[in-house]
Amino acid sequence: MKTGKISIITPGIFSTIQDSGRFGFKKYGVPVSGAMDHYAFRMVNLILGNQQDHAVMEITMAGPVLQFSKSTRICFCGGDFDLQLNDLKVAPNEVIQIQENDIFKIGRSKQGFRGYLGISGGFQSETVLNSKSMYEGLTDEFRLSKNTSLAFNAENPSFENNYSSVRFDDRYLADKYIPAYPGPEFSKLSKFQQLKIYETEFSLAASSNRMAIQFEGNFENDLKGISSAPVIPGTVQLIPSGKLFVLGKDCQTTGGYPRVLQLSEYAFHVIAQKAPANLIQFKRLDYKN
Amino acid sequence: MQDKFFEISQLGEKAILIDFLEKEKKLELETILFYRNLLEDKLFESKVDVISAFDSISIIYHTTIENVYNEFSVIKLLLSKANIDKKNDYKIFQVPVCYHQEFAHDLSEIASAKGITESEIMAAHCSAIYQINLIGFLPGFLYMKGLDKRLHFPRKKTPRKLVEKGSVGIAENQCGIYPNNSPGGWQILGRSPLIFFDKNCVPPTPFSAGDKIQFYKVTKTEFHKIEKSVSSNDFILKWEYENR
Repeated sequence: MKTGKISIITPGIFSTIQDSGRFGFKKYGVPVSGAMDHYAFRMVNLILGNQQDHAVMEITMAGPVLQFSKSTRICFCGGDFDLQLNDLKVAPNEVIQIQENDIFKIGRSKQGFRGYLGISGGFQSETVLNSKSMYEGLTDEFRLSKNTSLAFNAENPSFENNYSSVRFDDRYLADKYIPAYPGPEFSKLSKFQQLKIYETEFSLAASSNRMAIQFEGNFENDLKGISSAPVIPGTVQLIPSGKLFVLGKDCQTTGGYPRVLQLSEYAFHVIAQKAPANLIQFKRLDYKN
Repeated sequence: MQDKFFEISQLGEKAILIDFLEKEKKLELETILFYRNLLEDKLFESKVDVISAFDSISIIYHTTIENVYNEFSVIKLLLSKANIDKKNDYKIFQVPVCYHQEFAHDLSEIASAKGITESEIMAAHCSAIYQINLIGFLPGFLYMKGLDKRLHFPRKKTPRKLVEKGSVGIAENQCGIYPNNSPGGWQILGRSPLIFFDKNCVPPTPFSAGDKIQFYKVTKTEFHKIEKSVSSNDFILKWEYENR
């Protein structure tokens, strides 16, 4: 196999390799991980003609500067980041042809929080428990650094792009509303709190990460802890102190805090693109039964 | 949707939650695990993760559930037809632990707080048979019940920045094993030379929820000997089925 290599000139604020995640290992305490914004992840692979679960680079807030040792094809989807190929501006959401030694620079995001860089054939990095998603304590590296050795398959057929009709719809980036179903402990909130949780604007806290998205301020409540119960990405936990946590892709499998809301899949894409200090509001969604 | 002993509901668009209602009877771990294993077995082809907790189970699908009513009825049928008398047969593992002061960071403190000797703690810790409640918190971290009442002790007020891989600890009424170096607040009684989580193996750990562990005491010399044979793949972890 002809292997291309990517030199990481600067790694960006927090960049990782992600795919669709680890399945079948939750019972051993292994989080699912995978791309936070699954929509952008799927689109970037689709535009490149990759398999849907090929590994991509997830970029947070401000991106890396990368140099490619061989020619290939890349594509960038997700948040609205400044993109430059050899100092010339290039467009997201379409295939970018890379030549040997080209330098690709991903700047800061103007809108959105996470961007996804896909590459023809997917990034070739360490596979642990059937996934390339980086996770601290599981993969040797849990974020990209200057020393990360990142490879790609340079032999991939650069067939004509059959997916030019695929369009990345970026309207969700501007959405303030986060559709959320009542969670298993929603009914333990008072009637007043049940209304209030859907009427309050919450501001994202800087402490948010792939494990949990957190908010400024407190949501007053008198809920007690529950006996350890299952949680999944998108579960909204209410801590006795009043802190709300929206669990992310790297969350654990069980938790002891009341699960007041559960995000829809769409809502998870929206909130994954929110930066600290962005305002969100939960919007009530009910199951059709 | 409600049935006589469980309630089934959606948890978002990719998961189903089963809450068991026999709370007043206090569900036994065995019962929950029985249902967990049954669901995992029977739903194998749907590619799901089945997670059991204290009195509930979640079934997590890899993609959005298309026909949730269909899934509900499959699960309801499985659970109501299940023959709960057919209990799982769990493994009992023999796990070496060394209580040398180099590893047993909190042993002397617990001994003086409790007014019992360190040897009494070791003896009580080794004589119990523990059952794995849950694997979580860290990949491969074992939460176990069965700790001798005399050893119940709260977590550390300030967690340690580093608890070493293999550390065996206690917190309240539980016993736990750290599979890797990690920050942590459990009171550390000793250390095992075994590997509890190997990311390069599928499955990554020989232990499952429900399995049992009995500790046996080893000296520091034996600890290093076992550690060496573990790393060269010569160590054989002893276990047997409980009821065979």
